[in-house]
Amino acid sequence: MRKGILLRAYTRMRLIDRPITQLTLVRFREFVRTPEAVFWTFLFPVLLAIGLGVAFRSRPPERPHIGVVGSIQGNGMIVKSLRADSGLIVDVLPDTAAQRALRTGRIALLVVPHPAGVEYKYDPARREAVAARLLTDRAIQRGAGRTDPVPVVERKVSERGSRYIDFVIPGLLGMNLMGSGIWGIAFSIVDARAKKLLKRLMATPMSRVQYLMSFVLSRLFWLTLEVVTLVGFGALVFKVPVRGSLAALAVICLVSALAFGALGLLVSSRVRTIDGVSGLTNLVMFPMWIFSGVFFSAANFPKVFQPAIHALPLTAVNDALRANMLEGASLASVGGEMAIISAWLVVAFVTALAIFRWR
Amino acid sequence: MVTATHALTVKGLRKSYGDVVAVDGLDLDVSLGECFGLLGPNGAGKTTTIEICEGLLSRDAGDVVVLGKTWEHNGDHLRQQLGIQLQDTQLSEKLTVLETLRLFRSFYRRGRTVDEVIDIVEIGEKRNARIGSLSGGQKQRLAVACALVGDPELLFLDEPTTGLDPQSRRQMWKLIEDLQATGRTIVLTTHYMEEAERLCDRVAIVDHGRVIARGSPRELIDTIGASHPPPPPKATSATLEDVFVALTGRTLRDE
Repeated sequence: MRKGILLRAYTRMRLIDRPITQLTLVRFREFVRTPEAVFWTFLFPVLLAIGLGVAFRSRPPERPHIGVVGSIQGNGMIVKSLRADSGLIVDVLPDTAAQRALRTGRIALLVVPHPAGVEYKYDPARREAVAARLLTDRAIQRGAGRTDPVPVVERKVSERGSRYIDFVIPGLLGMNLMGSGIWGIAFSIVDARAKKLLKRLMATPMSRVQYLMSFVLSRLFWLTLEVVTLVGFGALVFKVPVRGSLAALAVICLVSALAFGALGLLVSSRVRTIDGVSGLTNLVMFPMWIFSGVFFSAANFPKVFQPAIHALPLTAVNDALRANMLEGASLASVGGEMAIISAWLVVAFVTALAIFRWR
Repeated sequence: MVTATHALTVKGLRKSYGDVVAVDGLDLDVSLGECFGLLGPNGAGKTTTIEICEGLLSRDAGDVVVLGKTWEHNGDHLRQQLGIQLQDTQLSEKLTVLETLRLFRSFYRRGRTVDEVIDIVEIGEKRNARIGSLSGGQKQRLAVACALVGDPELLFLDEPTTGLDPQSRRQMWKLIEDLQATGRTIVLTTHYMEEAERLCDRVAIVDHGRVIARGSPRELIDTIGASHPPPPPKATSATLEDVFVALTGRTLRDE
């Protein structure tokens, strides 16, 4: 019994004194003792999610504002029919004022009554004008006695998963995995190189593999916290769904974090100064912020760019995260995305090791 | 040839960076247990030579044998045996003295305890202080402590007192003398002739990548007395500094 306790104490002591443990502890300490890094990694994505969630929260569509030329006395029937429709805001205006309101966009459509009927003036390129055209016509026709030949029953639904916040939370998660992976690793390594600390470590019997492994281990720890914070926050506050399996989500996050870590290693492999690595990191990350569908769908870009956009690692990560969280997709069904992410991981890691400057 | 009495043997060492020849056929031999000084003006090739001996740089030509072994065949073994303090290394400012020493200690299979090296370099009152809060002298002593954790047989100290105030410099000298007293072999580079004269058993003066004079500080001072004009009237006797300036000239050297 006593021997067992002693042996356990010995094993514990040995573990804490092992280089991989000490190196990983250094990574931890350096991170938690840099408050700005903690802010950008944990707090910033949550603040961004709050901002975007509030700005783009689900609201009922705005009621179109329309105008009727003339006077209530002259067009009593038309105005009454239009005002009976709760989907429209109706103003009765003299001709000049009505034309100006249409020109300046204050009203989406102008109704000009004629002896034989009505005329609609609107810009068919404006979405709300087209909607106003449909609502106005329906109200006027119904007011004049039209009945709908097909009976309709309406059942109103609000589907979680189709809102902007549902789209943006996986995007923010992908962006965060990229930022903390590339910047977190590249900065630490270049900082150590610039201060000649890397060279000093190379003069000890430290294993290079363990040095790199310490970054992987500390990244995995913080990665777990990052994912739990952001996904948990989205689920609790905005009811963002996680329809796929958590295990599959964990695998996607893990492989993505490793791929971005490998890119961070590649970015840092030759650079000697902090200024140099800042520029290079931005050069690598900026196109992905724009093109990889963080804040809006990558499908908005022209078709000719799509193959290149889909080859970017962050596009694959965002697509895989959205498929898992919003559509409940299995790992197998995001196989294409996982292949792209894994390819980046392998190519970046092998290239980084081949050209890495260890001093 | 290497004998058991030599801690370091360098023969015909050459190293160039492009067109610039940093080391040009340099020879050295450092005996076990001695404190050997490598002196020379800026850009003379001291640091390049030391870094090749430390296994940090490759060489273009020549032989380097450290503790009877070569870097090509015994790199891992040698890294366990050497204690190294580099010029200009900045240890992570966010870590404490204790955390830094535990990290360095973890790399060595055997060695001193962290508490022992803290006592040796007399930095006990700062053991839990972050490195960012240490003075220049304390940082330098910590750098030496990092070199001592593996209980090295051979210690390389590259300008350990550059930039220190007189008190810190004297504290560092005492530390080096204490290490010498325990029989450690020390290879030291310095700009300060007073330091070399006080600490080194033998010195080599290096210029343009070659050794231009070697011997004990006393021998070199005696030589200069014989072959150069006597020192200015104010000085009471020649110093190693007079030897250095006589051999390397008075022209300013900037790296």
